Amino acid sequence: MKAKRAAVPYGIWMVIFIIVPMLLVLYFAFTTQEGAFTLQNIATVGRYSNVFVRSIWLGAVATAVSLLIGYPVAYIIARTRACWQSVLILLVILPMWMNFLLRTYAWMTLLEDSGLINNLLEALGLGRVHMINTQGAVVVGMVYNYVPYMIFPLYSVLAKMDPSVIEAAQDLGASQARVFWRVVLPMSMPGVISGITMVFVPAVSTFIISKMLGGGANLMIGDLIDMQFLGSSYNPNLGSAISLVLMVLILICMGIMNQFDDGESKGGGIPL
Amino acid sequence: MKKRILGLLLAVLFLTPLAAPAVATQGGEDGGEAAPLTGVTINVYNWGEYISNGVDGSLDVNAEFTRRTGIEVNYTTFESNESMYSKLVSGGANYDIIIPSDYMVSRLIDEGMLEKLNFDNIPNFQYIDEAYRNPVYDPQNEYSVPYTWGVVGIFYNKNYVTEEVDSWEILWDEQYAGKILMFDNPRDTFGIAQKLLGFSFNSTEESEWQEAAMLLKQQKPLVQAYVMDQIFDKMASGEAWLGPYYAGDAAILVEENPNIGFAIPTEEGTNFFVDAICIPKGAQHKEEAEAYINFLCDPEIAAANVDYIGYSTPESAAKALLDEEVVNNPIYYPPQEVLENAEIFINLPEETSLLLDELWAEVKMGGPGETATLIAILALFLALYIAAVLYKRRKAKREAG
Repeated sequence: MKAKRAAVPYGIWMVIFIIVPMLLVLYFAFTTQEGAFTLQNIATVGRYSNVFVRSIWLGAVATAVSLLIGYPVAYIIARTRACWQSVLILLVILPMWMNFLLRTYAWMTLLEDSGLINNLLEALGLGRVHMINTQGAVVVGMVYNYVPYMIFPLYSVLAKMDPSVIEAAQDLGASQARVFWRVVLPMSMPGVISGITMVFVPAVSTFIISKMLGGGANLMIGDLIDMQFLGSSYNPNLGSAISLVLMVLILICMGIMNQFDDGESKGGGIPL
Repeated sequence: MKKRILGLLLAVLFLTPLAAPAVATQGGEDGGEAAPLTGVTINVYNWGEYISNGVDGSLDVNAEFTRRTGIEVNYTTFESNESMYSKLVSGGANYDIIIPSDYMVSRLIDEGMLEKLNFDNIPNFQYIDEAYRNPVYDPQNEYSVPYTWGVVGIFYNKNYVTEEVDSWEILWDEQYAGKILMFDNPRDTFGIAQKLLGFSFNSTEESEWQEAAMLLKQQKPLVQAYVMDQIFDKMASGEAWLGPYYAGDAAILVEENPNIGFAIPTEEGTNFFVDAICIPKGAQHKEEAEAYINFLCDPEIAAANVDYIGYSTPESAAKALLDEEVVNNPIYYPPQEVLENAEIFINLPEETSLLLDELWAEVKMGGPGETATLIAILALFLALYIAAVLYKRRKAKREAG
């Protein structure tokens, strides 16, 4: 009973700042500017399908890259001595103490044609590479900003894994690779799933990264929503409709991910 | 260079009150007269970096206002007309003073969101030059008082762009592919295409907007990026060679980088913009707000402001107080023929601005998308979901059995 009462503040918070805004989005998405019911907004979203395709694609690539980078890092951290673990975790968190915008801005100066990386390449006689204002640059920005969200859930699952299970597999004659594929990976699935969700969702809906590193021409869903509210015509109805479609999409994605999450091992999974 | 006149102004402003006790007769002008308004706080909503704020020895305009009238100023800033507008319509805040641009002023007038000003409370309006009165965005001059103005021109890197820059056409020149910047807002970007085609900024002809969009789509492969403030960094570092921008805002760019030039396509015409001071409907302290407007129109204050901001003043009396170098600089005060050929933005009707947003997204996306694609994506994800559910069920059954 007492525990329930402690949750009341958050309950109120959730209703005011999560449930009510969601209902507002729903209301705006299905009404005209005068407030009459319409399906026109949802129908108009179809015109921007290119943007959806691009966002989902870039988000998926960024998530895959984050997983490939994040998994080994999380594994190594989880296997180091306890006193070093906290130091390594701190190193992963460290960039997040800096403002998100600043970090992205820094990448801009790094990737520019006359930026630091290109100057270095030139000095080494390797020639310049055009990087900024491409989709690749957007992916780099996403990976840099969101990879900690991949590492943490993976780390928390891997650190809790009983080393004796791995030893048992080795004792029974499994090779290194076999231990990983048959024991470690399946056991860390909850971490993988929650890592994927935690990177994919913000990556799909980001807008400032594509603006700064994509040159404003690699429009993403977030940019599109931003345009409806701060563009030349103030159109919260279309903006809400786009948000709604995005939410439905993300919900389905999370539903899919959840199916791969084993019911028994509740590591870091997000229940749905 | 600019500092000299500022020093002088500061000396005048700050020494007067110090000297006042000694010269007893002088007291009236500075604090006494506005006493009845004392103790009120007005909410001022202005562009970022758009008032002299006391940094680097400049005059702190808001503090000076409080000192003279006793009215406190709660100063907040916005970054675009549109963000100001959405804040205003969503009704989240109550402002007494806003300083939007021309087309936004006319939009707010059209939508009945501005208070008529009582010009009896703004005697300093007399200093506003004739040319800036009764502007197209406020034809009767009932709702607004011009704050600053400027024009759009092309910044270019003299090291790489050696030809004469006198047409917007240069932004479509293939030899500068990948080195061209454009505005990241639809009105300014379409405006350039419109002037190149000889159209008005305020056209309501759909075909004209379509044609401008076509032109911008052709240009897109040459454009390095669509940016706003980032143009400063990108031009200064040599990352980009060509880019249109607001004259006053970027004048500092030319001052600090001798290899950057500025040109205004006089023949084709450019955008002449005015930012004007208004009082939104329902302002709680209208009278105090008018006192603030009056204060901003005081030539000395106006001079200190434009000296800090870098934009141009609509008051000859204020211009006279500025450094000669600034007044004679065509970036700040372009020659008459430029202004004659320039056009002001006014509010577009609802359907035109919806069209503009749509076309703008199309320019950036490279074409409109198909509804079918979106449905296909949703269907694909749903199918994946169902497949996953079925797979899991089967696995569970197999394990159970």
